[in-house]
Amino acid sequence: MKSSTVETNKHKEVLLEVNDLKVYFDINRKKVAKAVDGVDFSIHKGETVALVGESGSGKSVTSLSVMRLIQMPPGKIVSGSIKLDDKELLSLPEKSMRRVRGNEIGMIFQEPMTSLDPVFTIGNQIIESLVYHQGLSKKSARKQAIELLNIVGIANSEKVIDGYPHQLSGGMRQRVMIAIALSNNPKLLIADEPTTALDVTVQSQILKLMLKMKDTFNSSILLITHDMGVVAETADRVLVMYGGQIVEEAEVKELFLNPNHPYTMALLKTMPNLDQHVRRLPSIKGNVPPAHMFPEGCRFADRCEFAMERCRLVAPELENISDGHKVRCHLPFMKGGEALGQ
Amino acid sequence: MFYIIRRILLLVITVALVSVITFSVFQILPGDPVRTMLGTEADETQIESLRNELGLNRPLHEQYVDWIRGIFTGDLGNSIRFSMPVSVLLMERLPVTLSVAGMALFIVVLFALPLGIFAAKRQKKFSDVVLSSVTQLGMAIPSFWLGMIIILYIGMNVDFFKINGYIPWSESIKGALSTLILPALTIAIPQIAVKFRYVRTSILDQMQLDYVRTIRSKGLPERIVVYKHILKNALIPILTIFGLITAEVVAGTIIVEQVFALPGIGQLLITSISYRDFPLVQGIVMYITITVVFINFVVDILYSVIDPRIRLR
Ligand SMILES: Nc1ncnc2c1ncn2[C@@H]1O[C@H](COP(=O)(O)OP(=O)(O)OP(=O)(O)O)[C@@H](O)[C@H]1O
Ligand SMILES: [Mg+2]
Repeated sequence: MKSSTVETNKHKEVLLEVNDLKVYFDINRKKVAKAVDGVDFSIHKGETVALVGESGSGKSVTSLSVMRLIQMPPGKIVSGSIKLDDKELLSLPEKSMRRVRGNEIGMIFQEPMTSLDPVFTIGNQIIESLVYHQGLSKKSARKQAIELLNIVGIANSEKVIDGYPHQLSGGMRQRVMIAIALSNNPKLLIADEPTTALDVTVQSQILKLMLKMKDTFNSSILLITHDMGVVAETADRVLVMYGGQIVEEAEVKELFLNPNHPYTMALLKTMPNLDQHVRRLPSIKGNVPPAHMFPEGCRFADRCEFAMERCRLVAPELENISDGHKVRCHLPFMKGGEALGQ
Repeated sequence: MFYIIRRILLLVITVALVSVITFSVFQILPGDPVRTMLGTEADETQIESLRNELGLNRPLHEQYVDWIRGIFTGDLGNSIRFSMPVSVLLMERLPVTLSVAGMALFIVVLFALPLGIFAAKRQKKFSDVVLSSVTQLGMAIPSFWLGMIIILYIGMNVDFFKINGYIPWSESIKGALSTLILPALTIAIPQIAVKFRYVRTSILDQMQLDYVRTIRSKGLPERIVVYKHILKNALIPILTIFGLITAEVVAGTIIVEQVFALPGIGQLLITSISYRDFPLVQGIVMYITITVVFINFVVDILYSVIDPRIRLR
């Protein structure tokens, strides 16, 4: 990373550190989609980090890379490093990586309706993970599975455990997913739009549950979302992603009070009210450029109301503008005269 | 439970419908079996007395009820051509056809299932491409031609196999195998080709689904991902296609019994049709249909065993 560790987090230990991650997809012989193109970030112990950005900005690819669940081919991890507690995940043999998945990192997905195996019982799908990672007997794993279902707020867990996914509502399934993700007490919980597919009332229940779980299990969360309302409510720190890159990073308060990247500003402007959840971001004018034909200069330039000639020619770097606040823009509004006078 | 009751009802209705259709088709069909039996020389009184004897002059609905009762009691009347009970003829031939069909089905499953899984796991790698091209070839081969090739190159050269006739299981197991394996192979090979591709696609389709990503995110080893979760899910579409096979295999035996001179139902059917031996044809058609309908019923039951969405509906 370019800058030193963020001041406010100095007392905390780094759990996950991603450096210069590049993940490309071969579309055909000539075209390559640069889904993730040089991403740096870190997550500290006990921290909730939100990753936001429009559809297609590379959020899911980033999170799946941490799990090493990118389909290869067509995907390939071109460069970078992903360290969990100083363990380099990208060079880990597949067998050791399996010990990380579901054990040190748990993951929740967007689609609760299809993310569970329809032909096995809820219990079976929790138990198999407990048996594999913790070597528990079937009997004690079952006990623990019922316990987990209780913890995630499923009332008649003794009955639900022998039921099948299709018998549960979306919210209930997402609770089951959380139980599965937490079953081996992971250090990091990755949630890829965990509430997007749910009803508004259920959304906030699930978010509250996740935060409670974070405290109970003392883990960190990487929360991917479209919803700035969710960000305001849950995150400690925010990463704004655009065109496969982080364009702004800041503590949540700082980001809302003092957004610096025109894209972040636009995102915040599209948010009607902090208390109101939006399912999809109301659109910013223009489209995200497709990942196989990013422009030479700044990737947001075509949609940016402040764009100058330089923006179209030279790609900006991610720079520190104040403690823990980084921006990838030639026009840093906070940098003061120094940058603008240049 | 409701599901099974519904299926049983459906089974009964289907068989009843089939029996009506089978029965009426032979009333409409041109050609008079009595004239065929007696030859062109026969006079009208002879014909009339034989009609009475065979019960062909009674009202149709009476004949139908009689015939249905026969299906359940095993008394299907006498064959016009062989002058012996249809049930005796069927019982003689049925084991031959069932053995060939059963063995063919077994061979298809034995090869198509593991090969399909194997190819899906190495999607687009060299071995997958080779397998897929070879099976493409297998699909194009007509079974009578394949049968002759097999007779020529395997039947004639390997002492174990007999390429003519049938030795009953009760006489010698080795003998029965020596007469049945090649016909079964002949039916099975084109089927393996088709079913292999189907298994492969079914598994690949499953691999794209969200739940597989969840299982992977739990860190479970590939063997659990593929053989526990994907396979059980893929079995639902695979079962459908293997249900359809039975009808195809039965149809295949009719041809193959000719090529290998096997005294099975198929051969009996062909000769009895040309002889207008209606009682015999009706009996055969009825039993073949009941077999196929019954196998589909079993497939439906298996669905509900595999898929809780069907069972608990
Ligand atoms: N398997 C794939 N093959 C080809 N391109 C892919 C593949 N997966 C992702 N991409 C490309 O990578 C880019 C980023 O995709 P990603 O799924 O990470 O977006 P996202 O930010 O998660 O969007 P959303 O909010 O819609 O989930 C997209 O432009 C997409 O076209
Ligand atoms: Mg996504």
